[in-house]
Amino acid sequence: MIRLEAKGERSRLFAYLSPVLAMVLTVATGALLFEMMGKPAGPALYAYFIQPFTTLYGASELGVKATPLILIGLGLSVGFRANVWNIGAEGQLTLGAIAGGALALAFYDVETPLLLPAMMIAGVLGGMAWAAIPAFLRVKFNANEILVSLMLTYVALLLLSYLVHGPMRDPDGFNFPESRLFHASATVPTLIPGTRLHWGAVFAVAAAGVIWLMLARSMLGFQLKILGDAPRAARFAGYREPKLVWFSLLLSGGLAGLAGALEVSGTVGQLVPTISPGYGFTAIIVAFLGRLHPVGVVLGGLTMALTYIGGETAQIEIGLPAAVTGLFQGVLLFYLLGCDVLINYRLRFGRKLAIG
Amino acid sequence: MNENHNDLSTPLLELRGVRKAFPGVVANDDVSLSIKPSEIHALLGENGAGKSTLVKIIYGVLQPDEGELLWQGKPVHLAGPSAARDLGIGMVFQHFSLFEALTVAENIELALPSRRDGGPDRSELSDRITQVSAQYGLPLDPRRMVLDLSVGERQRIEIVRCLLQNPKLLIMDEPTSVLTPQEVARLFETLRRLASEGCAILYISHKLQEIRDLCETATILRGGKVVATCDPRQQSVQSLANMMIGETPLKPERPAGRTLARTNRLEVRGLSLPAQKVFGTALKDVSFSVRGGEVLGIAGVAGNGQPELMDALIGEVLTYPEAVRIDGKAVGRLGPRRRREAGACFVPEERNGHATAPDMPLADNGLLSADRRMGLTRGGWILARARDGFAGDVIKRFSVKANGIGAAAKSLSGGNLQKFSVGREIAQNPGVLVINQPTWGVDAGSAAAIQESILALAAGGAAVVVISQDLDELFAIADRIAVMSEGKLSRPKPIGEVTIEEIGLLMGGIHGEKSGAQG
Repeated sequence: MIRLEAKGERSRLFAYLSPVLAMVLTVATGALLFEMMGKPAGPALYAYFIQPFTTLYGASELGVKATPLILIGLGLSVGFRANVWNIGAEGQLTLGAIAGGALALAFYDVETPLLLPAMMIAGVLGGMAWAAIPAFLRVKFNANEILVSLMLTYVALLLLSYLVHGPMRDPDGFNFPESRLFHASATVPTLIPGTRLHWGAVFAVAAAGVIWLMLARSMLGFQLKILGDAPRAARFAGYREPKLVWFSLLLSGGLAGLAGALEVSGTVGQLVPTISPGYGFTAIIVAFLGRLHPVGVVLGGLTMALTYIGGETAQIEIGLPAAVTGLFQGVLLFYLLGCDVLINYRLRFGRKLAIG
Repeated sequence: MNENHNDLSTPLLELRGVRKAFPGVVANDDVSLSIKPSEIHALLGENGAGKSTLVKIIYGVLQPDEGELLWQGKPVHLAGPSAARDLGIGMVFQHFSLFEALTVAENIELALPSRRDGGPDRSELSDRITQVSAQYGLPLDPRRMVLDLSVGERQRIEIVRCLLQNPKLLIMDEPTSVLTPQEVARLFETLRRLASEGCAILYISHKLQEIRDLCETATILRGGKVVATCDPRQQSVQSLANMMIGETPLKPERPAGRTLARTNRLEVRGLSLPAQKVFGTALKDVSFSVRGGEVLGIAGVAGNGQPELMDALIGEVLTYPEAVRIDGKAVGRLGPRRRREAGACFVPEERNGHATAPDMPLADNGLLSADRRMGLTRGGWILARARDGFAGDVIKRFSVKANGIGAAAKSLSGGNLQKFSVGREIAQNPGVLVINQPTWGVDAGSAAAIQESILALAAGGAAVVVISQDLDELFAIADRIAVMSEGKLSRPKPIGEVTIEEIGLLMGGIHGEKSGAQG
């Protein structure tokens, strides 16, 4: 029989080392898998982890993929601290993309500098509206926000599919399920010419700063932390749980919606049936990888972005299947959770010893 | 004596010199008791007297540090509850462990050995449940879902579950605390029938009248030691209460020259609340008032509505406005923050997780309840220097031993964390302080310091309510005393006019002078 026994003191150092350890183990496991699939591990790992950085375009793609991951991860980490488990960021991202995209399509023949900011605001509101549903149901009926937000993701994806197949389809698009291409004033300008890295990356870093300030210095951040750490103490202090639940869900929904609007107007340039390769779900890993800390989320976002890009390179260069991206992400989460458990608990083998 | 264990005069279970210590407290010290076959034996004591530790030892959950257990005259070692069950010891816990979404039969089946290991099969089991429940007057339909059943019916499942394993000793842990009077009467019939058929019963309770009605022998625990073994039927309720509670505590000197204000600073009028949780207690028309400079003590056995009263006073549970008044202001509908603004501070019983957030540093825990009264924030932003300064002041003024203001609350010892929790509220200089179990599980030195600071606050003109199970403490610091029992509060009496017998009777659930006189 194997038991877990809590260790007395939790090590701060190891709490931060855990993600690093998990990453090392993931790479080692990856190497083993590549060998088993008959691909030499050395070149495969090179293709996965090094090659993307050999070109400016490859390196800039890291920022492109990290931008939505960081934005969503930041929002989720705030909620997770308060024990508010928004698992449906993918759906909120989709609604943000739809709201932002719809605005771009509605004004497809109007050139104005106001359009882009309006699209971003529409994206934020779209994500918030989608997150408001689980918030309302949890506050009013104590419905589990994990299930509600997750299920709404599929509703959002079907809604997008309906729109691009129907009302928002490009009239001159030969019946392809895509919208019109957005014109220049509905497109986020790039930071570096010749790449897809756009101003959204700056937003993401700025958002990390704001969230850090809120968590470290504001009473609101303090209340969220107390609610997550000791819900009874939060009630004793008189903090209003419904208010904090609303805030957490609207913040994470709004940031996911912003990520969605940035994605369609910056990276994709039109509405298509699949806007995100699962950013909303991957951002959950980002939040935990980053220890629910804003700076950690930025680093975690960059790390997970690498699994996407590396996966693409590995497909092209050595013909690994596309599933390798998801596999790496899953293995990383597995090791991260495992390392966290083993840092806080120690394994005991055999039966509990009787005293006396 | 050991050679013939079938003899009826051999005790079924005997404990000799059992001792069990936990860090900081000796829960059982040199406890000996013996239970004869087919005897209904009471284990009587206040909360914290060591009853549950002793029962856990008998049921194999805990191992004693010293002493031995003899089963039918033979020394035994109980490595776990399954070893106890194999001997024929069954236990009905105070809180049930049943799956609501399963039927009665399925719940019972889960607790029994599987068919492979010689357990009954399902259809046979239903028949046996029906048969056993009919035989002992415990009506139960094996096909019903647990979630449709009353608390009394759920208890029957637990009893039947034990009876199916043909126990020789049945332990009942405070079985009547969740039952209606009618259910209690029915339960007693069942227990008497069981005993008449040869099953001994160890009956744990602090309700004196019940024990006099039901039990033939009582072992009385106080402070972890056996203080008496007697036949409760030969005792009066008073004499049992005296044995359970101890001698009348000495009256300490109180600070001289304390004058009471004319006006009530805290007033509670007709406070009634339905039970908030499954095993909670409903508050029934609780009324009291406390003047400035006065300490009101509220005594009572745990689980009689004290946490519920505390929640209603803090404002974690809201009532109607006039139920609670702080300095004349009706606050019954206001939350904790508004009540603090009105001038009241609170120390709940549980210091880890309720009064403080265990993983947070002391600086943040100071902010938890003092942010508004001490001006530790401005415009929603935390003033880091003020926050750190306040926590540092509390640590210094109340001699809290901690590794600075950055120490996590849970890293402090119980006494020091309690000093911090109490000190945090007293340092805010409240007009009203409500404090639940101020010195529970606290070492003597810290307890004295906490009691002194409570008296000093009252001397400064504050109204203080102390809820405590420790009568010594209440007699030491309270001016008036009232007793909580089953959600009702007795009329507060000045400490000089009340006797320990009266308090004991009230605690045992007998209300008012009338019923006290007949005991």
